[in-house]
Amino acid sequence: MTMLSDRQQLSYIAAQAADARVNVELETEGMTLNIGPQHPATHGTLRIIARLDGEQVVWAEPACGYMHRGYEKLAEVRTYPQVTTLVNRIDWLGSFANEVPFILAAEQLMEIEAPARAQWIRTLLFELSRIANVSLFLGDLGVQMGAITPVFMAFRDREYVLNLIEAATGGRFHPNFDRIGGLKDDLPAGFVAETRQVMKKLRNFCDEIEDLLFGNEIFQSRTRGIGVIPRDVALDYGLSGANLRASGVDWDLRRDQRLPMAWDKVDWKVWTHTDGDSFARCWVRLQETREATKLVDQLLDGLPSGPVMAKVPRIIKVPAGEAWVSTENPLGEMGYYVVSKGDLGPFRVKIRSASFNNISIVPWVLRGVYVPDIITILASLYFILGDIDR
Amino acid sequence: MSPLSSVGDATSVAGELPGDARREQIVDELRRHLGDALLESVVVPGVDVWIRVRTDAWRRAGEVLSDELGFTYFCFLSAVDWLPSPYGRGEDDPTEPAPERSSEIVQGVAGGETRLQMLARVVHPAHHVGVNLKCDVPDDRPTVPSWIPVFAGANWHERETHEMFGIGFAGHPDLRNLYLPTDFEGHPLRKDFPLLARMVKPWPGIVDVEPMPAGDADDEGGDES
Repeated sequence: MTMLSDRQQLSYIAAQAADARVNVELETEGMTLNIGPQHPATHGTLRIIARLDGEQVVWAEPACGYMHRGYEKLAEVRTYPQVTTLVNRIDWLGSFANEVPFILAAEQLMEIEAPARAQWIRTLLFELSRIANVSLFLGDLGVQMGAITPVFMAFRDREYVLNLIEAATGGRFHPNFDRIGGLKDDLPAGFVAETRQVMKKLRNFCDEIEDLLFGNEIFQSRTRGIGVIPRDVALDYGLSGANLRASGVDWDLRRDQRLPMAWDKVDWKVWTHTDGDSFARCWVRLQETREATKLVDQLLDGLPSGPVMAKVPRIIKVPAGEAWVSTENPLGEMGYYVVSKGDLGPFRVKIRSASFNNISIVPWVLRGVYVPDIITILASLYFILGDIDR
Repeated sequence: MSPLSSVGDATSVAGELPGDARREQIVDELRRHLGDALLESVVVPGVDVWIRVRTDAWRRAGEVLSDELGFTYFCFLSAVDWLPSPYGRGEDDPTEPAPERSSEIVQGVAGGETRLQMLARVVHPAHHVGVNLKCDVPDDRPTVPSWIPVFAGANWHERETHEMFGIGFAGHPDLRNLYLPTDFEGHPLRKDFPLLARMVKPWPGIVDVEPMPAGDADDEGGDES
């Protein structure tokens, strides 16, 4: 008799549970429901094909590729500084955060490090993009459940953060501000005081959302116990970010790896939840947004002085080698596997985006759920189309 | 007031970052399980681990990492085409004859013999050390065992690798195209697949890397702070 490993047993139990959730007794005529490509819940053009039995999903599969732009191929014909323009557009709500791991990978291969001030400002802008990104998620969450108010609050308060990003980088959505060896520029005058004000407003926004949405009975009953992803299934599918932490895995790439960034120099906390349901995922994101505002405050306090650009050659050639760098982006783990052959541009770039893995679990998690829950589960998994299709 | 009773608190492991001793240990453990199917290993202190296994041991390597060594987090799976692009970086003038280019295949870290190579990464969720796994893909029959029985998340990654590189996955239940149209011909991420946008019109971006006039205040190269 062959021995089953724990993992195999677990996946067997999970499959059985999923089958059991599909009500086989009420055999009705099957129906195929198309959600998207143009559906408000899809944040772009994701299409979900769901086969239904009554009100329950028997089988569901996302159809991707409506926005595939081929960045991995395009990166092969760009120079290193040009690639940041491309990767900006992967997760378009938190663009600055996309640039950082690529630049860090190039810097790792070149064996240079940005000056301390540049590292702190990078971390600062990284957290600001997280706040801008996730605050929109929190507002959007209401719309998916039929509450209109939170989204207006989110758009109002996100604008303050985007103004800050625009003041520092010149771009609201696509900063293209990160350079190999540092940053394009220093922070503008008055940025620190202004940011402190905005962080107060954003903390207030988080409190409001927590009261208005997370304390709401309808919201709770539509998310609690819905779309449960156990810890081992989440790891198996490579879920990352808040989706993984909501399943009880205490893992944050900002804390658990050594990067030339400022996260290890300030005091903050990683939030986790043990439930693994839609509510837990949303709740972890809310706490993270509030934590990020505190992080920004501390970064402003400790901002070192000095240059923001290291000495790098005018024409950047990256020595031959391979590097993998990933960071904890607003959506989860975003990493680049950069292969260099000592040329002006990369030989191959594998872009590991968070949403691709986060959405690949959809066929598993949607089995057996009711139709209205498709929307809340998709919303709670939180994806950006550009981050799936790249 | 708070309905949030089941809040998991963070048990901080901040002091414990992946050490190099642990990386060496992983390689030893893996060699013990895989024997001579482990062809090459590279440990770069403080950075990462690369392991190259024999093609037939691809799935076994995943199983050992996941079931025996606890690397249960599936990060990504992809491939690399080591053939130098016959089109360079797509900056040739289409009116001129194409320049001579080397077609010598040189594999990267952890070596290899074939043009196409598999590349995957798994991470240990408790001590956060990752392993980059590679294996050669035979030129005449580009097929490797599927990882789906080991990591369910490999499904989409293998579909993507299949359409982009033309690598087959033995045991994959459903190798449909993920991104490309069903009747698409060719494998876009192979180096000999031309980037048509660059073929029909010369790339103007080349001026970006030419040295700018001295003393230009609008310098983006950043040669001085």
